[in-house]
Amino acid sequence: MIEFKSVSKLYPDGTHAVDNFSVVIPSRQTTVFVGSSGCGKTTLLRMINRMVDASSGSIEIDGENIADTEPVHLRRSIGYVMQNSGLLPHRKVIDNVATVLFLTKVPKDAAYARAFELLDTVGLDRALANRYPGELSGGQQQRVGVARGLAANPNVLLMDEPFGAVDPIVRVDLQAETKRLQRELDKTIVFVTHDIDEAFLLGDQVIILEKGAQIAQKGSPEEILANPANEFVANFIGADRGKRRLTVDSKVKSNGDDLVLIDAGGYAAGVISAPGGKLAEGTATPKSRSVSNKTSQAGDA
Amino acid sequence: MNWVFQNFSTIWGYVLDHIGLSVPAIVVGFVLSVPLGYWTSKSPIARSILLTVFSILYTLPALVLFVLVPVALGLSILDPNNVVVALTVYAMAIMIRTANDAFAAVSPTVRESARAIGYSPVQRFFRVELPLAGPVLLAGIRVVSVSTVSLATIGGFIGIPSLGSLFLTGFQIQYFPEIWSGIVAVLIIAAVFDLILSTVGRILLPWNRRTTRRRAARAVAVEVTA
Amino acid sequence: MNLIQAGFAWIFDPAHWSDSSSSVGIGDALVQHLILTGISLALTAIIALPIGFYIGHTGRGRNAAIFLSNAARALPSVGLLTVLILAIPFIKGIPGNYLADVIVFVILGLPSMLTGAYAGLESVDRQTIDAARAIGMTEWQVLLKVEIPLGAQLIVGGVRSTTLQIVATVTIASFLTQVTLGTFIIAGLAQNDYPKMLGGAILVAALALILDGILAIVQRFASPRGVSRSTTKSKKNTARGATNASTQPITEGN
Repeated sequence: MIEFKSVSKLYPDGTHAVDNFSVVIPSRQTTVFVGSSGCGKTTLLRMINRMVDASSGSIEIDGENIADTEPVHLRRSIGYVMQNSGLLPHRKVIDNVATVLFLTKVPKDAAYARAFELLDTVGLDRALANRYPGELSGGQQQRVGVARGLAANPNVLLMDEPFGAVDPIVRVDLQAETKRLQRELDKTIVFVTHDIDEAFLLGDQVIILEKGAQIAQKGSPEEILANPANEFVANFIGADRGKRRLTVDSKVKSNGDDLVLIDAGGYAAGVISAPGGKLAEGTATPKSRSVSNKTSQAGDA
Repeated sequence: MNWVFQNFSTIWGYVLDHIGLSVPAIVVGFVLSVPLGYWTSKSPIARSILLTVFSILYTLPALVLFVLVPVALGLSILDPNNVVVALTVYAMAIMIRTANDAFAAVSPTVRESARAIGYSPVQRFFRVELPLAGPVLLAGIRVVSVSTVSLATIGGFIGIPSLGSLFLTGFQIQYFPEIWSGIVAVLIIAAVFDLILSTVGRILLPWNRRTTRRRAARAVAVEVTA
Repeated sequence: MNLIQAGFAWIFDPAHWSDSSSSVGIGDALVQHLILTGISLALTAIIALPIGFYIGHTGRGRNAAIFLSNAARALPSVGLLTVLILAIPFIKGIPGNYLADVIVFVILGLPSMLTGAYAGLESVDRQTIDAARAIGMTEWQVLLKVEIPLGAQLIVGGVRSTTLQIVATVTIASFLTQVTLGTFIIAGLAQNDYPKMLGGAILVAALALILDGILAIVQRFASPRGVSRSTTKSKKNTARGATNASTQPITEGN
């Protein structure tokens, strides 16, 4: 469990990147910090592995104040995935994944064995192991980044807008992978994004932030959708634009008893599949629950 | 300092000689390098040939070039024009590469939109590409100016009058003030040239902010060492 | 063009390779030249590289370094050469002002190598360095395993410039104190012996080109595998999904 206690970050030029932030991040769940650029979400994340040190307040991981832990030691026990994968371009993929293991003096054979396992875990072909990052696609690089983050089997995984730089189709894939990893590996994931749909998809706990890391609303996706706390939140989740409220479109006659749903703007957003209707009842896959009309998602029934 | 005052006319004579060697080299070097640099930024073949040739010439120590140029051109060794030609070659070695990078850095988007607006290629060059390459070109010519003024001193060692002659005679008679006067004079000339160039630059390139210039200067500085 | 041929003829005349009463042999001069260059280069590297790495890694002292390299470009090397050779007292036992000359060569060579070192480190993508720190590398590990390998091309570029600078200055030193390949140029000039003068010039040119060529090859291969080998200055887009069309330039920060 990670706990922020009245944490503030004040920069020399006077800006309060983080102002008196307190929150508990439960173990074995995905907590998402979401907000627009400059709200301080990345600063919060980077305080957890002491890439940024708080000006005041404290952060505790499992009861221990991280200010008492040597930063390098701390970072080797926390996984960190950045937006541009941050892979070392002059090391092969397999060496990149094994980097933290080498740093912690794990013997070479064991390190490589584990690295190969991790490639499987993140869904990469083992044949890519001897390639260099520059030869991989963006999506593949991000997977390597995740594999590297998981290498030392940390309890905590920090992910800083890891899917921001890949194209939408790959992003959907990677989001699904992340959900699967969370289910299988049971890690505490702290995820930063500016995309509310991504936050709702991945987060067990979603924390919507305003400037200075002020908490606008905190809760599960369902709680937030059901009851946006204020106008800022409503704007942010698109509630005001009527994207979240779906009604049956009476004008469209569909085959069988299936009903077409439209949002407040009149755009078709989905279909309710009636028993005996034309559409097969699909299994609910976590592939995408996005209700925004931003991206077209393959496979949404 | 007394020595300086006593021998001022001699020193001044050398100053004029020195300027006479440096200025033509800087000017001609610049004027030739800009179109050549433009050409190399468009044509990979031109780039590999020209940059390689000048890179080889730049490798040669100044003394060597001062000796080989007269042979190549059939001039007498003691003709000051040798030094001017050699200095021009060095100036071009630096400036062509700088001009190449300056023009290559002009955003293709801007070039395309200029074309779409209806500029002819000549208009595009003078009204869009040249001004946009301006800051880096300016930084380049400032580097060339300083380099040339400094290199011109070597001419003094083979009998062509310049401020370098002060170093030679000063060394031979083991007299420091003579040497120092030479060094200081070179620095002053370099500073004056730089001031002139940066003022001209500021007049011609009013949109050029401090950051662009510093970045460009840094780029050139890194270049010349690499 | 006959003169060029005469110059080559002079070089290949075996009599000129050994010491004679009137003149030193090419062999000796060449060896001297190489020794002076080598010692100066080594000393320059020992001093300039650590300082340059410190500046590049921590970012401190940058302004001083930039000022130094600009000053070095402006100061006439021959002027400094004469001043320093006169100023540094002759130390007994070391042949012909050796120490003084080497000190001078080192001072003149420092700026190029210093600039190469810190520019090389600065050219490394900040994100890669950040990632290396974030996964738990110590500062030394970041420097040795990430910054130096990735900045190697520019660092070697600095060594290359310095080598040329030193070779050139050593040539001129023959005007003043040392016997080097430059001696032939000066003697040839003084004696109106054009073949000798040209022979000397050609020898120096050859030496410079050979050394530069070797270092150019080293520079090309200094870059670790997997990173772009091009000699262009922009390192921004290397190794970051440059192959696949799906990656677009990343513009937004946080």
